[in-house]
This record gives sequence, structure tokens and C-alpha cells, in this order.
Amino acid sequence: MISTEGSKNKSMLNDRYRAGRRAHIILTFALLLVSGFSLAIGPADVSIWLILKKLMLNELLTSLEYIIIFDIRLPRLLLGTCVGAALAISGAVMQGLFRNPLADPGLIGISAGAGLGAIIAIVLGGIIPGFIASILGNYLVVFFAFLGGWATTLILYSVATRRGQTSVATMLLAGIALGALAGAISGILVYRANDQQLRDLTFWGLGSLAGASWAKVTVAGPLIGIAILFAARLGHGLNALALGEATAAHIGVATQNLKNKAIFTVAAATGIAVAVSGGIGFIGIVVPHLVRQLIGPDHRTLILNSGLLGAIILVLADVISRIIVAPAELPIGIITAVIGAPVFLWILLSNRREGNW
Amino acid sequence: MKNFISKRLHGKIKGTPFEISIFILCIFLLSSSYVYADSKRQELDKVVSIGGSITEIIYELEEAHRLVARDSTSTYPRAASMLPDVGYMRALSPEGILSMDPNLIIAEEGSGPQETIDLLTQVSIPFIKISDGYTRQGIIQKILEVGDALGVNTKAEKVAAKINAELMDAESKSNQYSGKRKKVLFILSTRGGKILASGTNTAADGIIKMAGAINAIHSFNGYKPLSDEAVTVAAPDVILMMDRRGDHGSGGEELFSMPSISTTPAAETKSLIRMNGLYLLGFGPRTASAINELREELYSD
Repeated sequence: MISTEGSKNKSMLNDRYRAGRRAHIILTFALLLVSGFSLAIGPADVSIWLILKKLMLNELLTSLEYIIIFDIRLPRLLLGTCVGAALAISGAVMQGLFRNPLADPGLIGISAGAGLGAIIAIVLGGIIPGFIASILGNYLVVFFAFLGGWATTLILYSVATRRGQTSVATMLLAGIALGALAGAISGILVYRANDQQLRDLTFWGLGSLAGASWAKVTVAGPLIGIAILFAARLGHGLNALALGEATAAHIGVATQNLKNKAIFTVAAATGIAVAVSGGIGFIGIVVPHLVRQLIGPDHRTLILNSGLLGAIILVLADVISRIIVAPAELPIGIITAVIGAPVFLWILLSNRREGNW
Repeated sequence: MKNFISKRLHGKIKGTPFEISIFILCIFLLSSSYVYADSKRQELDKVVSIGGSITEIIYELEEAHRLVARDSTSTYPRAASMLPDVGYMRALSPEGILSMDPNLIIAEEGSGPQETIDLLTQVSIPFIKISDGYTRQGIIQKILEVGDALGVNTKAEKVAAKINAELMDAESKSNQYSGKRKKVLFILSTRGGKILASGTNTAADGIIKMAGAINAIHSFNGYKPLSDEAVTVAAPDVILMMDRRGDHGSGGEELFSMPSISTTPAAETKSLIRMNGLYLLGFGPRTASAINELREELYSD
């Protein structure tokens, strides 16, 4: 794909690259539009225009208006943007790294590990030493989920790395084994759980942005931002890797360095995303595919475009989740699955028709 | 403050106009906040009720006209299920509740999540948690706490006394039963062939005891999956289940054909009792009648 055989190919490649750059701009505007939408819409009867007018004229907002816009909708919007971008970018990087269109961040054990961490915090929360619990407060689950995600990634990485070389295939297989182990430990803990804890677990598993707060945004935002900056620079290397690991090395790509960066970027981004929002499925796997269908597989633009589209879709899904059964709320994982699964099938079918796979 | 006032009131008003105006402002603010607090006390007319038994108690106290919304577990009485539903009590969304513009939230213990409660208290909407207990005292305590939250203490005491009498009556009838006590197994679900049964310290355990029966499982707390052998060892005389869709008696065949249950005395006599979940396990105003109904179902033969 990045071969330089002939000027025709090259110009086509550049066209695609340019299309990708154009898509950056279009998607950024779309994200801004969707953000405005998400601030304006919700079950509470607060007019965004009235609030804008009040802010312009320096008038005081009522405490209800202030809380709904600045303490509920804005942190939710920011958290949704971060989480959506993190999941989609992680998916794009993983699919590039494993050269497998079905790869998602779950493959390197993050989801299973984070899930286990969350279950430990929910079920055994009572026996965690008081001082740790009091420092973390409401964020006990977030902290443990993040810890669990990182721990499994580190274990997988060390299992799959021999003499400074990480075997992607070993990582994939060990990931399955470790996922099963985490599942088994989770099962034991679920057995110990009481029914309230079981319900908490169910809701955690379905994912939600309803718990968004400024504290979560200030923790997740910078971390995900840094991960995105790192991920965006992996594009060239991942393009080379598409030709195979040996070829990529011959072209002059430091493959081990690339793998390290890719794995730990994804671990950071997904780890924190899962920790703050629970199990939100399908964004990581569907969004990169959508972007590939629309603009092509060049990783130099695919990664950022996936991030933007992921953010757009998750923010939209969140708007739906809070208005569809208002004043109650539908867990966002249900909505992403309802949207994601048919889209995924559509991609599969259209690919088969074109004979790509 | 007191010194300040007394100095001024002793006729030697020496302060500058600025000081005096501040003083007057203070008095004004104090009095207005007093009036405000007082008027607020009477205006708690937009109440959100979280928890099925809490809602029932509010209806029992005849304060239902003050309700603006309820949670998804509040399904009785019928009028309650017509109210807007703010979601499941443990997954409440702050904006959903705020959109109902409430000035009081009364919630069963365990409602949450904490982030939502924090936000609601920030807008200074009182969020009152009502303690939960699976005994007669627990129910009385609930009624008194709800009454206190609504500012109708005397009415609550009256209702509590009435319900206390009903419960004592129901319990003493259960205690007077002279025949052999039956062993009851409460099954929460049989999904995937696994039996999720109630141990001790649950609402099911409470109601079984109050109806004069024995919980067949006493080796663990809460609801847990039972192995087939444990079911056989527990040897229940009666199976108790919730009926969520009002399908009385359905599913009995299937249940008794499960290998673990087919060996129990309950399967021999085909003894299955199904009752509405909120009625049976709510521990609210209808519990006395639930006790009586369960006891009659248990010991009618």
C-alpha cells in the first residue's frame, strides 16, 4: 500500500491522504455540531439559548441552570468525547498492530482485566483498608478498573516478549488464556456478591456516562489526550507493518519500538476509558471499519479520523440514552450495541460482495 | 452579633450611616431567610419517591398528591405506575430527576449512585435516605421516617400504629399455628437451569419467618446459586417464587421436572406458591396482608 511503484499509484495514495486530511476537518466540525447538540438536549427543561444570552449579558444563572449545563451536561460531553475517541483510536491501532480486522482493545486483556478490577472493587470494596478507600472515595471502582487493565496488559506483554522481541501471535493467544482466567476469578467474586452488588455489576457492564463528573474528566482527559498524540504518530509505522513484520523491518521501521508504543498507548487510553465509563462495546471495533470504508485504510489519517468519529458516535449515543426513556436513562452500552451490530454486519456483507476478504 | 445589637438598642446609636444600613440589612436578611425557610417547609409539594415500599407508604399516608415522579420499582398502587419513571433506583440519572423539578427526594437505602446524590445535594434538594429492615420494627421505622421527611409526623404515627397492630396480629397468628412448620425454599430465578435461592438476611427470609415457616436455606447470607445437591439436602416442603407478570401457577411443571427439585418433598406434593414480588418482598404497608396470604397458602391443607 505504501509502495512507490509508479506515479499513478503514488498520486492515488496522495489523493487518499488528502481525502483523509479533509475528513479531519469535516469530522472536527461535525464533532463541534454534535457537542452543541449534546449541551442543548436533555430531559431537563433548560434552554441553551437563554443561557447563552445570560452569559453574554453577564447575567446570573440560576443554580439549577448552572448545575445542569456545567456540572451535568458539560462533563458528560467531555467524558463522552474522550472515551469515544480513546476506544476508537485503540481499535484502529490494535487492528493495525495485529493486522486483523477483528482486533479490538479487548484482545490485549484490558477489558477483562478492567472488568475484574471493577468487580473486585464492587464486591470486596468493604474489606479494602479504610485509608485507601477514604482517599479514593467514589473513585474506588475507577481506580481498580484502571489498575486491573494495566496489570493484565503488563502480564501479557511480559509473557509475549522474549529477548526483546514481542510476538504478536503469542500475545493474542495468551490474551485469550488470561481473559478466561480473569473471567473465572470474576465468577468466584460474583458468587460472593450480594444482590445489590450484582445489580451494580450489571450496570457497570452495560456502561454509562451518567456518572460523569469534573473529577473524572480531569483524570481521563489529559491521559487520553496524551495517548491520542502518541497514537497519531504511529500511522506511518502501522502502514509499513501491514506488509508484514519482516518487510516493515527491512523498510527501516523499528518494529519493536512500534509495538511497545502501540501496546502501551492502547493500554493507557482504553484502561482509563473503561475505568470511567464501564463496558461500552462496539465503538472500538466498528468505528475504524467505518472510516476505512469511507476514506481508505491509510493509518496516517485513519487513526485520528477514527478518534473523531468515535467521539461523535458516542456523544450522539449518549444524547439518545438520556432522552429516549426520559426521565430515566438507558445504559449507553445498549445503544452502541444496537447501532453497532447492524453497522458491523453491513460492513461485513458489503466487503464480501466486493470480495475483499 | 448579640453585642452589636444590644449596643445599638441602648439608644446610643453612634454608627456611621454605612454601619447602620449594614445592620438593617442583616436584620432584613435574617428575617427573610426565616420566612423563606418557613414557607419552604410547607411547599414540599414536588416529591420524587425512590423505592417501591417508600411509594406505597406515601400513598398510605395519603400524601400521594405531592408526588411528581417515582423509580422503576414503584409499581403499586396503579396510580403510582402512571407517574413519570426516573429509572432504576441504583442507576439514577441526575438530569432526569432534576427535570422533574423536585424539592424533596425520599429514597430507600441503597439508592444511588453516589455521584447523582452529590449533584442533587449541590442544588440543595434534600435527599433523604430511609433505612431498610426485614422485620416489623423495620417497617414501622420506615413509615415514621417517611412521615418525618414529609413533615406529617402525627399522621405517620397513626398509620404506623395501625400497621403495627396488623403486623402483630399477622405474626401472632403465625406463631399460634400448631401444626408442623413447613420448610420453604425461595427461588429468585431458575435462569439457565441454575437455581438462585435466598439465604438469610433477605426480604424473602424475613417474610418466610413472619409467616410461620422455616427458610430451607440457612447456610449463607443473601441470594446465591444453589448446587443440585444442596437443593436435595435442603428438602423444602414448598417452593416460593415471585410472579412478575401475574402468571399464577405457570412454569410449575417445568420447575418440578428439574432434576434437583424433582427429589424434594415439594415436588411430590407439587407445592409451588407464586406471589407478586413487591407485595411479597416490599416490606411496606401491605406486608401484613402478604404474611396472612402466604401463611394461608402454606397451611391451608
